[in-house]
Amino acid sequence: MGPGLRRGDTERGESTMSKATYSPGRAIAAHAVLIAYTVVALFPVFVIIINSFKSRKAIFGSPLSLPFGDAFSLVGYETVFKRGDFLLYFQNSLVVTVAALFFVLLFGAMAAFALSEYRFRGNTLTGLYLALGIMIPIRLGTVAILQLMVASGLANTLWALILVYTAQGLPLSIFILSEFMRTVSDDLKNAGRIDGMNEYKIFFRLVLPLVRPAMATVAVFTMIPIWNDLWFPLILAPSEATKTVTLGAQMFIGQFQTDWNGVLSALALAIVPVLVLYLIFSRQLIRGITSGAVK
Amino acid sequence: MASDDIAPVKKPFRWHILVFLLPATAVYTVVMIFPLLSTLYQAFFSQTWAFVGLGNFEQLFGDPRLSASFWNALRNNVWFFIIHMLVQNPIGILLAALLSNPRLRLRGFYRTVFFIPTILSFVIVGFVWKLILSPTWGVTSGMLKSIGLGFLFQPWLGKEEYALTTLALISNWQFIGIPMMLIYAALLSIPDEVLEAAECDGITGWSQFWKIQLPLVLPAIGIVSILTFVGNFNAFDLVYAAQGAQAGPNFSTDLLGTLLYRTFFGYQLQLGDRALGSTIAAVMFLIILAGVCIYLFGIQTRLRRYQM
Repeated sequence: MGPGLRRGDTERGESTMSKATYSPGRAIAAHAVLIAYTVVALFPVFVIIINSFKSRKAIFGSPLSLPFGDAFSLVGYETVFKRGDFLLYFQNSLVVTVAALFFVLLFGAMAAFALSEYRFRGNTLTGLYLALGIMIPIRLGTVAILQLMVASGLANTLWALILVYTAQGLPLSIFILSEFMRTVSDDLKNAGRIDGMNEYKIFFRLVLPLVRPAMATVAVFTMIPIWNDLWFPLILAPSEATKTVTLGAQMFIGQFQTDWNGVLSALALAIVPVLVLYLIFSRQLIRGITSGAVK
Repeated sequence: MASDDIAPVKKPFRWHILVFLLPATAVYTVVMIFPLLSTLYQAFFSQTWAFVGLGNFEQLFGDPRLSASFWNALRNNVWFFIIHMLVQNPIGILLAALLSNPRLRLRGFYRTVFFIPTILSFVIVGFVWKLILSPTWGVTSGMLKSIGLGFLFQPWLGKEEYALTTLALISNWQFIGIPMMLIYAALLSIPDEVLEAAECDGITGWSQFWKIQLPLVLPAIGIVSILTFVGNFNAFDLVYAAQGAQAGPNFSTDLLGTLLYRTFFGYQLQLGDRALGSTIAAVMFLIILAGVCIYLFGIQTRLRRYQM
């Protein structure tokens, strides 16, 4: 691992240098604010999850009580599994997210390597061209994207979404990864060249393993908006067979407005997978942000 | 291959550079840049592909009904952005400042929790809040009553005068993690020596925050602001999830994104209009471009950067 890569990882909390005077009063005040905001941040998620396990009567009678005893009921989940094809939606979301993520990481890393490793005419210009997409949202091209997908027969296929999300994710991933690739030691790459490795081997065998932490960060950043997107599934692939979980939940909720048990269970089902993934990857995400990749 | 970088005089064409760049550039160009340009181009043509010059723009701004809905959406969008700048970003900065204190316990826990709303989809966020604020369910009114403030309750999302502000605050709740994280990262990158020097001069606590830390993280605040701007001016999902494409009540929560969607795809009896949709997308493009340029040339270059 290049020495430059780890530098940002040490947070100030682990250093012993700061000797700020920090009175217990101030600490209590800080915790009071932070705990208050914790309640604000978690309250809606809490309300949905507890109520998804309750009977209809309990949902309306005492919305804030826990689902124990008489109140406990799984009727909402039964409706969701009977009426909505959530397993299929879930599978669609998974295919789209994983495939787009794969292309974003592979193509993004390749382009980032070319931009950070070689000096050639047009390097800066190519970099700027690829960075445009960080600021200009791809949605503004929706009219022509739909025409393109219809013309190429990709409308209502998962490929339409995969292609769009790949294009959408590339600019930021190239930007972040090329920053990281600049920190990989030149000596190492030159040693590889002297040993007779060609440029492709240097990229795949030497550089890619070294920037794995950065790739994980990019992966998390890319994944969240893809998984949660509503606009492109709604426009490019609204058919029953290609619905993503986000669109499926939206449609289900629209249809079953008055079936509160079903709605709450559908919401809880849509929350849990992302929540679990986030809790697994949150260290990686936070480390990526604080190590300076995005500054 | 080793000769590539060492002897730049008689280089053969370096195919590998092309191979590395091609896939990303191709996908990006075909699926993003080309459609963007094509959409801008179509703004100058009618539904039947006749060239109309600025005709679509004249129609958008001249037709009383169309221009009224455009200006309504733009006004709402500006208000939406103002609320984000006044509520989301200051609270994000405050939380980041509290978290950046090295003595604070449970920092990791708070950081993780504050980011949870950001990972939820708009569908979840829109509906969760719709349920919580619903007068039928009575969660909010019940809580207000229990602290003696029951008279304050209103069906906020259902009233024209409150709906947009309520939605903006919900969006703030959702995205507060982003300014918090970016500012937090910037605060961590301030060297300890700077803070220690300040302490030696007797500058601690809040005054240290105002006089030392805040000026040093201004560039990060600039980035947060422009990200907020771009995000707000193509927002669509939250309004769609909470209020539907009609952006009710009575279009009071209509943003440029929902207007674009309705114009392009049609709604109720109104047919979709590709030409006008492209025109609105083009206007949004110009607004976002103008904002980004103001930031890049007007603000970013003037922010003082300190070598740290």
